[in-house]
Amino acid sequence: MQHDAVTLWACASARAKAFALVAAVALGVFATLLVAAGKDPLKAYIDTLTYVFGNAYGFSELLVRMIPLMFTAVAAALPARIGLINVGAEGQLYMGAWLATAGALTFSDQPAFVLLPLLTVLGFVGGGVWALIAGVLRAMRLVNETISTLLLNYIAPLIVSYFIFGPWRSPETASYPQSPPFVDAARLPTFFHSRVHLGLLYALAAVALYGFVLTRTRFGLEMRAIGGNPEAARRLGIPIVRYVLIVMFAAGGVAGLAGMAEVAAIQGRLVSELSPGYGFIGFLVSWLAGTSPVGIVTMSFLFALISSVGDILQITQGLPYAVVNILMAVILFVVLGRQNSGSAAR
Amino acid sequence: MDSEPPLLEARGIAKRFGAVVANEVMHFSVHRGEVLGLLGENGAGKSTLAKILYGYYTPDAGEIFVDGKPVAIASPRDARALGIGMVFQNFTLIPALSVLDNVALFQKNLPAIVPRDAILDRMHHYAKRFHLAVDPWMPARQLAVGDQQKVEILKQLLAGARVLILDEPTKVLAPQESEGLFKTLGELRSEGLGIILITHKLREVLACADRICVMRQGRMAGVVGWREASEDNLLALMFGDKPIQPALPPLDAKRHDRGHSALQLIDVSTSGGNGATPLHDISIKLRSGETVGIAGVSGNGQRELGDLVLGLLRPQRGAKLLWDEDASRWSVAQVREAGVAAVPDDPLAHACIPGLTVRENLALGSGGRYHDGLGLDWQRLDADMNKSFARLGFPRPNFDARAGNLSGGNLQRVVLARELAHHPKLIVALYPTRGLDARSTVMVREQLRDMRDRGAAVLLISEDLDELFEISDRLIVLFRGVIAAEFLPENFRAETVGPFMVGAAEHANAA
Amino acid sequence: MNIGLMVGVISSSILSGTSLLYATLGEVVGERAGIVNLGLEGIMLIGAASGFAATALTGSPYLGIAAAALAGAAANLIFAYVVVSRHANQLAAGLSLMFFGIGMSALIGRPFVGSLIAALPQLRVPGVAEDGLGARLLSYDVLVYLALPVAIATWWLIYRTRWGLGLRTVGESPAAAYAAGLRPQLLQYQALSFAGALGGIAGAHLSLALTHTWAEGMTAGRGFIAIALVIFAKWDPLWAVVGALLFGAAEGLQLQLQAAGADVSPFVMNMTPYLLTLAVLVVWGWSRQSAAPAALGRNFVGVE
Repeated sequence: MQHDAVTLWACASARAKAFALVAAVALGVFATLLVAAGKDPLKAYIDTLTYVFGNAYGFSELLVRMIPLMFTAVAAALPARIGLINVGAEGQLYMGAWLATAGALTFSDQPAFVLLPLLTVLGFVGGGVWALIAGVLRAMRLVNETISTLLLNYIAPLIVSYFIFGPWRSPETASYPQSPPFVDAARLPTFFHSRVHLGLLYALAAVALYGFVLTRTRFGLEMRAIGGNPEAARRLGIPIVRYVLIVMFAAGGVAGLAGMAEVAAIQGRLVSELSPGYGFIGFLVSWLAGTSPVGIVTMSFLFALISSVGDILQITQGLPYAVVNILMAVILFVVLGRQNSGSAAR
Repeated sequence: MDSEPPLLEARGIAKRFGAVVANEVMHFSVHRGEVLGLLGENGAGKSTLAKILYGYYTPDAGEIFVDGKPVAIASPRDARALGIGMVFQNFTLIPALSVLDNVALFQKNLPAIVPRDAILDRMHHYAKRFHLAVDPWMPARQLAVGDQQKVEILKQLLAGARVLILDEPTKVLAPQESEGLFKTLGELRSEGLGIILITHKLREVLACADRICVMRQGRMAGVVGWREASEDNLLALMFGDKPIQPALPPLDAKRHDRGHSALQLIDVSTSGGNGATPLHDISIKLRSGETVGIAGVSGNGQRELGDLVLGLLRPQRGAKLLWDEDASRWSVAQVREAGVAAVPDDPLAHACIPGLTVRENLALGSGGRYHDGLGLDWQRLDADMNKSFARLGFPRPNFDARAGNLSGGNLQRVVLARELAHHPKLIVALYPTRGLDARSTVMVREQLRDMRDRGAAVLLISEDLDELFEISDRLIVLFRGVIAAEFLPENFRAETVGPFMVGAAEHANAA
Repeated sequence: MNIGLMVGVISSSILSGTSLLYATLGEVVGERAGIVNLGLEGIMLIGAASGFAATALTGSPYLGIAAAALAGAAANLIFAYVVVSRHANQLAAGLSLMFFGIGMSALIGRPFVGSLIAALPQLRVPGVAEDGLGARLLSYDVLVYLALPVAIATWWLIYRTRWGLGLRTVGESPAAAYAAGLRPQLLQYQALSFAGALGGIAGAHLSLALTHTWAEGMTAGRGFIAIALVIFAKWDPLWAVVGALLFGAAEGLQLQLQAAGADVSPFVMNMTPYLLTLAVLVVWGWSRQSAAPAALGRNFVGVE
């Protein structure tokens, strides 16, 4: 890993150029589709940029969207460094939200300085334990973690729904099942009259910690060894099983924090539709960012920007928000299709 | 049989790999209805010759004739079209597919709807005739190794082979399975096929070959008919009268008596599984200040023995003692912590992380020595490693370079510097000079001798008899996971040691 | 548990399971060629939306099925290009395809939300009373009736033809396939086209037969259930039939039990396919046997 500022800049600008090309192609393809649907792509793009960059609230919404993506990207990137594939951030997010909700509802009489740390811990533990299931199965050489995290992804939202429709059903809103709202003490504080919340600091800390641990600590060195050559790592005496378990727990925990942030900051309660695919988008962000923490932040920013396009399309052009997924997919296809995918890791 | 042209004949075959002469064979032929043994020790050139005949390699010079007519064999497909088939040591069956599917896949011009009944009929016919009965519906991976080999033979027969080459076929077989194979070969021979049996085992060729071609160092050392063949004259041809290696002046012939016990294996047995060779009742005592060499053809348990000592393999029975402490259940980290170092055969695959820097690789092997809070004391590491390189007389590489970019020899130097930096008391070297250039090879051997002189215990596992003779104080031969013999320096001669490596009948216990 | 309830459960299971079965059969063929497609959900959505749109425009649900098959195959070809010709990471490409499908189906379906269409007619078996239990049990649309024959045909294709033998070889070891004179890439493209068509049809069954509507995201995770089903069925089309019925029963049972006033949480029922598949995988891992094609997308199922 190079720490020389000049080379870092050269590397970054080469990547930026490559990515600009990809973005141009993708935007072009998407624009064509929009025109075919009778819409005005240019207006949509311009409206997005004005909203996001010309407007404080617009920019703050962008940041809000970035937060869960950074969490789930770290959740995928960390295990990737030891050669594990975690596509389960979605489920881990839900379980973090679930456990945090349990805490918020049970201890609703506690003050904020008790509740907030508690919810943080619970969110982390909820997601962590969920990922640990897959970690244990992998460490015992029973089930590959790709498939187990994928399956667990779909069990978690069902557990959440069970509680929302059952024991935690809020009596107030009988028609649309959700949990009772969190007390104020359980809500994450926000900044500057926007929806940007404390979770942003958590997420940035998670990304920074991920980078720090991997490049500056001896644990990170051993992890990179496992990822680089597991056979040699084994022969050098590195305790692989221990790392598998700890890393999966930590990764799930980070995704769990995303869930905690969703319920404690954005929604203010537990609902059944917590995530429009943050877990999967995070996986793709991590894949595009390679191993770099800076890459995770920039890619999260990019995908948050794309989702803003979706909002604009919905508000000003009458298209369903989901259509913006096409733009995201086209970008990914173009990157995947390039022979030596520039910014993508593997 | 003598009036007909030979089924397959090769003249003037020459093949070099770089500077190494792999083959220089003036004449080679196999006739209808004969089993031809192709005998020689490791590296004699037998496999190379066979691969040339099967089209895997093209010879630099020479001609090949089938039924007396000159042919050009550019690929295995050409060879098969000419009726030449080869069964390799590593089977090419697709494990999850059934026997029938594997055989069908191999046939040329398979119709769109697989004619299962027709293929089954032919398989059944061959099975009966040649003792090749296998359950056609069983997935290949569930077959016993002997049965897998039968499928390989069936594949070739159904594809029309008239010459069948088998490369070390009994290497992976149990004794009963070997008997079955020889029965098959006998039947094939009476059907008129020409069989080329490549092996390093004397008993086999003596038992079933009509003629025996002995190869040595790429050349045909001699051809012996079965009537005249005996262990003695075959061994003489295989190992020849090489000048006895001038062993280094026997330094302190009593070396094996002094020093504390570093490693003790007491009746250790391990299970096989995943293709590993099981070890049976291994007892070895290794003292400080001595080098014990482990000789044998690779695949007879050497790697497993090394892994066992290092803690990668647990003994199923018996005990492993390190400095008189029971280390049978120790982890790899614990073993290394106790002062055991490992010099591997393939540093890139087994001892280094290619994507990390040299410095990082040096740090990884040092256990807890450089732990400094959350990080590592890089300065102290650098200092210690510089000293190690200097002490070993190695040029210090660029520590910031990516390990994967170093050459094999340089990487082995890095591994040595790392492993020897903290004065290990026991060194396990597994084929340490394999694939290295001459200079690096000399360097490694010097270091091993040096460590032994300074009081370390060295376990040297190698295929190179010269290397073993040069460095060892004692030599143990492994054959089929069992200790076949032990030698002292006065008996370090290829003709003496060699037979045990190949399981010569006279001395080996029904192995 | 009366007969009426049982008949209701069976017919619900068959209805729910049909779409699952088509999707699973397609994925089986693709995975047999060594390619795991996490974007199956997206393909099904594209099929549902295209089928619905085509039916609304032409008035013929059969044309709708054809359109769904074509759209599904076309979308899967994008995936195929990226994965087979460009050697891209299968997981990333699959997830991208999923998002593509979510978006594309929303775009295609938007003008038709709320439209009324000529749904796939239910075909009556001649000679069965119109209103009896027999009729409930035995009157389904053409896709249901075709499901079992398609499964058998897929089985025959995989196990009895030269193409199928090549397919299985590619999935076990592309190198071995190449050595045996096959063309792995061509086989993979063919497999993925087939898979795409079936996935599209699976989606069409949802919009044209089950609900007669189009709504965003209406597949609700069925694509992932199908991926789990492939594993559960050990990559065998005939076992997929059993599995599809079983997994379809989870949904069918839930509906019937709710109608009958029973108190089983629908969420717990919906978990069963995933829990069952996990259990099966653990058992396999324990007994060290894996039926997965050896070269299946980057160690998707192996633990070494």
